[in-house]
Amino acid sequence: MGNCSNEHRGTSFSASAASLSNPLICSSINTFFFLDKYIFSQVIQDQLNKKVLDSLAEFIKKHGLGCSSDNWRQRAREIPTAALMLGVNVPDHAMTFRSLCNLLQDSVTPFVVSVHAKECAGTFERDPVLVINLTLVCQATLTIRIIGLLQKCTQVFPQRTESLTNSDLPQSLPVVVIFKDFEAFNSQVLQDFILICSRYTQELPFIFIFGIATSPSAIQHRLPHSVSSLLCIEVFHSLSCTQHLASVFDKLILNSQFPFKLSSRVIQVLVGIFLYHDFSVQNFVKGLQFSMLEHFKSQPLSMLCCQKQEALLSAKTLSKKNVERIRHLPSFMRYVETQEPQEQVQLLTNDEHVKEVCQQLLKNLHKYHKNYYPILQCLHSLTSSLPKFPLGKHIRELHVSCIEKNLWETEEYDSALQLLRILAKDELVAALRKCAEILKSTKILQNVLQQLEDFIGRLEALEGKSETTLLEKESRRTKRMNPYEVLRSQVIEFIDSLVREYLTPAELQPLNEVCYYSSSGVLRQRLNVTPRTSIQAALSHPFYYFLKTDAGTISSAAPDLCIVYKLHLECGRLINLYDWLEAFVTVMSAAEDQDTNSEDARFIQAVSEMEFLGFIKSTKQKTDHVARLTWGGC
Amino acid sequence: MFSSSSLPIQPLCIRIIQPSNLIKRMSVTLQCPGYPEDTLRSLAERLPCRETQLATLLALMGQPDQYSYPSVFIYGHRATGKSHVVLSIMKDLELPHASVDCVECVSSGLLFHQVLSAFFGPDAAALLPRCPSLSDFVRLYKQMSSNSPATQTRYIILDRAERMRDMDFSLLPALLRLQELVNDNVTVILLSEIVWEKFRPNTGCFEPLLFHFPDYSKAELVQILSWDHHPSYTPELYASYINILLGVFFSVCRDLRELRHLAVLNFSKFCEPLEKGEAKESDIHKLWKNIEPHLQRAMQTVYLREVSSVQWEQQQMDEKEATTLRVLSAHAHIELPYYSKFLLIAAYLASFNPARTDRRFFLKSHGKIRKTNFLKKHEKTSNHLLGPKPFPLDRLMAIFYSVVDSRVAPTASVFSQISSLVTLQLLSQVGHDDQLDSPKYKCSVSLDFILAISRCVCVCVRLLDLLALSLVIQSQVVRQERSLFTAVSNLHLL
Repeated sequence: MGNCSNEHRGTSFSASAASLSNPLICSSINTFFFLDKYIFSQVIQDQLNKKVLDSLAEFIKKHGLGCSSDNWRQRAREIPTAALMLGVNVPDHAMTFRSLCNLLQDSVTPFVVSVHAKECAGTFERDPVLVINLTLVCQATLTIRIIGLLQKCTQVFPQRTESLTNSDLPQSLPVVVIFKDFEAFNSQVLQDFILICSRYTQELPFIFIFGIATSPSAIQHRLPHSVSSLLCIEVFHSLSCTQHLASVFDKLILNSQFPFKLSSRVIQVLVGIFLYHDFSVQNFVKGLQFSMLEHFKSQPLSMLCCQKQEALLSAKTLSKKNVERIRHLPSFMRYVETQEPQEQVQLLTNDEHVKEVCQQLLKNLHKYHKNYYPILQCLHSLTSSLPKFPLGKHIRELHVSCIEKNLWETEEYDSALQLLRILAKDELVAALRKCAEILKSTKILQNVLQQLEDFIGRLEALEGKSETTLLEKESRRTKRMNPYEVLRSQVIEFIDSLVREYLTPAELQPLNEVCYYSSSGVLRQRLNVTPRTSIQAALSHPFYYFLKTDAGTISSAAPDLCIVYKLHLECGRLINLYDWLEAFVTVMSAAEDQDTNSEDARFIQAVSEMEFLGFIKSTKQKTDHVARLTWGGC
Repeated sequence: MFSSSSLPIQPLCIRIIQPSNLIKRMSVTLQCPGYPEDTLRSLAERLPCRETQLATLLALMGQPDQYSYPSVFIYGHRATGKSHVVLSIMKDLELPHASVDCVECVSSGLLFHQVLSAFFGPDAAALLPRCPSLSDFVRLYKQMSSNSPATQTRYIILDRAERMRDMDFSLLPALLRLQELVNDNVTVILLSEIVWEKFRPNTGCFEPLLFHFPDYSKAELVQILSWDHHPSYTPELYASYINILLGVFFSVCRDLRELRHLAVLNFSKFCEPLEKGEAKESDIHKLWKNIEPHLQRAMQTVYLREVSSVQWEQQQMDEKEATTLRVLSAHAHIELPYYSKFLLIAAYLASFNPARTDRRFFLKSHGKIRKTNFLKKHEKTSNHLLGPKPFPLDRLMAIFYSVVDSRVAPTASVFSQISSLVTLQLLSQVGHDDQLDSPKYKCSVSLDFILAISRCVCVCVRLLDLLALSLVIQSQVVRQERSLFTAVSNLHLL
């Protein structure tokens, strides 16, 4: 990860290794790792799932430890079962289950087993896995007993069962079995397992947790009544993935502490992948990590993308090369153009001056971010309650439109302000209160907060004054606004001024390229891959990969497979092998110094490679013909 | 001890005894030579309504040291007391027996292991080789029984014997005549819910003695359920409660275990007026009025396991707050990614529309199609009655591209969504998993589900139009069909 000084991807490794000795670069690498850890940390996940995990642990405690001692009412061998609804984003579940396992092992019982459908495809493999897993988690004192019970239960090695009866423990701890992906389990295996467990549930309290991706009715679809009547099912809902995304977005992207930023296009790509394809928050975070990696790799000035103090320090000691790079940044060039001619000359010639200006600009950038997010949140809280959500339902939509263009020039913003202008007083006061709270919690923009509170005070003071309907009527007739309306328009104007001042697009900020990663094309290409397109590109333009110039026509210098591919594009649905071979030989013979004897063999090999790649298949419709499997051509 | 030559005589004797005589004699005083009388009496008391079966079984078993019939097949519905009666006899009379649940025996080796360890101790079972065959078992059994010959008949009880059919085909015939094979006084008792005809192997086998456990009648159910009355109330009250309960549930459920579970769950609600002092124990009608709607609700929820028993009890506790429990099937909504929804819709269309009609539905200029011969005769039956049909991946993708309103690149994640839909069992793959070349799928979700999905996806009316159109065509013949109405009403909705 020689991330700072590489100009091209092909730079030698030694160069990047040398750059590691530079303390500044090291600090930037540190920043990278810090960010990386920050994203990776399970803290976010755990906080989100805390509620559902706690209620699950509560459920297990209730059933496992406080077993009903009432002899009169013995439950009909029901096994307590928690159906944990996790949503269809299966990749995310692993982390939830890991923290669930840890939580249960710490607080309830050491006997927690989680099984994956892949591990127990058939009945034969099912039970030994469970035994192995359970013996792994067993602790010394309990081992014999549990193993004995399980051996009795699974009948793998039925040995001494007398150890079950003289258990010296006052209370038996429950054995929790987690089925990570309930839908993928073979239902016959599951039924057998439940039947067996229910036979022994009196001696060994089992508790099941089903991780369900679709809906709880999947249990009833999968299990017959005779089996599902052995379960005592309770449903637990985890946070939906969109809520999950929103909180991750809040923590990682709408956060001024986090120096790395994404441009609007990149956000759109990442959110698009999330909403259209997988619903997986983990993949979203991975995408974020990937873009970070790309940013640090491709943008040498990303060394300035770190916490404020470090960034200023780095800016002081910029190398000559990097100063030159700064001069070439489009945003910096725009900044230079706005300056006085004398200053322009200074900026273009004096390196030291550039460094100083650079520090100032970085400070401004940090300040911009600090002010941007609270105001964004305020605007969102004001507009999110409006009918039809003119500025978007989620804050991410608002954020995207803010950093993309001047928000106040859009139609949606106008309509939102129109709607705000007709708000009733209590609604307006409530909305403003919310804004004031947001500002209070951030402890910046105190003057704005002051003004807001002033407005709120004035609005509330209006209540004292009598607002008779008569007055209103009169005012309506005369088109004169009553005091509330006057005040309201003042408030709206104030908000508008805030938006114009603080929510300027990030692209207009000088030096924004340092923090903002904007190559959405690369990201799309890497994260949302199209295998067929790339195979076709490789076959039709092999020189792109060989880093040679493409002749455009079919040349004999290309690999055999590419030649065969290009020739087959000109054929119809059925391809005559002999004609194909003839054409191949013609192409090959165009080059003079070729060994002509091996052409048949090379052709046959290329054709079989084509078949392997799935472009053709053999057919019985016509002799000596193969069928084409892709469209086009004819 | 009988010699082995007397083996055929014993079963013959039993057949000669007329069962009716036998029952008459036994029901008066259950006595069987060779067993302690007071144990038999307590046994008969503990097995109410199963006296005749108990007597017959005891008669079949004969005296402990006599040879018994080699194999007995006992069948009857769930919870008719088959294993309970047999195991109670074994335990109370302290007979040597091995009880094996066939669900647990994933291989026949486990069965052998259990039988040997029950009869001769774990050390004998440890002598079995790793993957024991039937002959290993017989050899070891013989060897062990020659060391410790049976002084009493040994019983092997195989619960859920229907699972044995999936095991080795020679296992069942061999077990049926195990007595001959091992030359020991051993009887195999098979317990099953299905009849013997379904067991009989093609090659023929020794016919076991068949013995049916009939279902409990309503009166018998009342008698049995009244047994576990609550200590703080009179047995009469509990019996009347059981009568009310059976009045509601008898038509849907005769499973004793289930009824017992329901009786326990709802009893506290039944007693509520008594505790509050609103009614006396003799006030049966008032109590009935109180409990009846409650039981009806229980039939729809807790009996179907839509609500768990714990939740049901909790609901009874805080009835006043009138918390309506969300039942399991109420959470039918599934959140899916945008393209997954379209893939599912495309799969549904591909599964239920004939492939010939694709051109008509999904091409803009499909040309004229003669209306008269548009559908072939066999296609005129509603496709919903025929179920989903398999379709190749290519067709799915073609329909998907024509249904999605924007241009979608054929990215890897679109294809991976198909496989994740398969793991979620919304689609199912037809044929082998390893078929890489044009895999086939089936759509396994219902129409209602698809309509719910398309309703939240549909920004453009065109898709719903399409769905409706295809459904209208499908249901041309069966006019009353629900899909038509749903489709039309959906069009109205938009």
